[in-house]
Amino acid sequence: MSIHKQIVTDMVNNNIEFITTVPCKQLGGVIEEAENHPSIMHVPCNKEDEGMGLCAGAFMGGKRSAIIMQNTALGVTLNSLATLIQFYHIPLPMLISYRGELGEPVACQVEMALHTKALLNQMLIPTYHFHKREDAGELDKILKYTFMCNKPVAILTDATFWKGE
Amino acid sequence: MTMIRSDVLKSLIPVISDQFVVCNIGLPSQELHLLDDQPTNFYMLGTMGLSSSIGLGLALAQKQTIIAIDGDGSVLTNLGTLPTIGNNVADNFILLIIDNGSYGSTGDQPTYAGKKTSLTKVAEACGCDNVIECKAEDTAQVMKDAIASKKQTVIVCKCESGNIPVPNITMDQVVIRDRFMKALEAANA
Repeated sequence: MSIHKQIVTDMVNNNIEFITTVPCKQLGGVIEEAENHPSIMHVPCNKEDEGMGLCAGAFMGGKRSAIIMQNTALGVTLNSLATLIQFYHIPLPMLISYRGELGEPVACQVEMALHTKALLNQMLIPTYHFHKREDAGELDKILKYTFMCNKPVAILTDATFWKGE
Repeated sequence: MTMIRSDVLKSLIPVISDQFVVCNIGLPSQELHLLDDQPTNFYMLGTMGLSSSIGLGLALAQKQTIIAIDGDGSVLTNLGTLPTIGNNVADNFILLIIDNGSYGSTGDQPTYAGKKTSLTKVAEACGCDNVIECKAEDTAQVMKDAIASKKQTVIVCKCESGNIPVPNITMDQVVIRDRFMKALEAANA
């Protein structure tokens, strides 16, 4: 099974039925799997805070939701995370492409990478970092943890992870 | 007849009281809470701009009609919501933009929607079908028709700028969310 399929299968097995995404090269395979999976409603959004609104609504409507996004967008989501997702106790798995790590070809991406874990830490968001392929074996447990505690949870996935090294 | 947002909300109560409503941050939620507090109302206590997004997510996830009450300032801050609404048609979704041309909750500073920008035209250009611009006094009837139509509708209600004194909402936010979800689940059962 491809890593993309494995990730989406874990999501489906945890009853996630609504996924919103902002495009990313590294996450392209997962986004395609989500788009094509018959039990997932995939609604692309234009900005990640908008996506968090969609996810909050879908959750209140009875569908577990998740957002797929890049770490560069973390800054625009801070208010939504604090005043909507955390304030109203809404569970939200955030599958995040961790740009700016080892193997990154674009210098500018490093700038937000430097802030990513610090911001997540400041927001008291449980954070997991997938660096090696076998790290994805924890996804099922991370998703169960998210829906147990009704919090946003970040899953950072870096370039080494996606290359399968 | 001159109507401000609270007058529009008051005129809407007989039409929306038994409907599921997501209401925008600040004075709109406080006014709705004062006029007609219901478990079927979801009050946003923060997060300017996301009323329409929460409403669309709700509508896409289940069958009951969802009315998102938004303001022109809030729609401008999350303008990307309109293409998402236009391209993900949920016929149980109604977006009501109460367009008073000002940021009411922060002291009535003017918005661009009160100047040259037409949110009606923006919504149409973004792919939204059934975009209806109406006068404040016609809003209740337009809303009644939109609910009956069972078609995704965007209503842009043009009203006057101005506020009435209203108390803050002191209800716990998780209670607001929980009673809303329980009412929605019961309606869908």
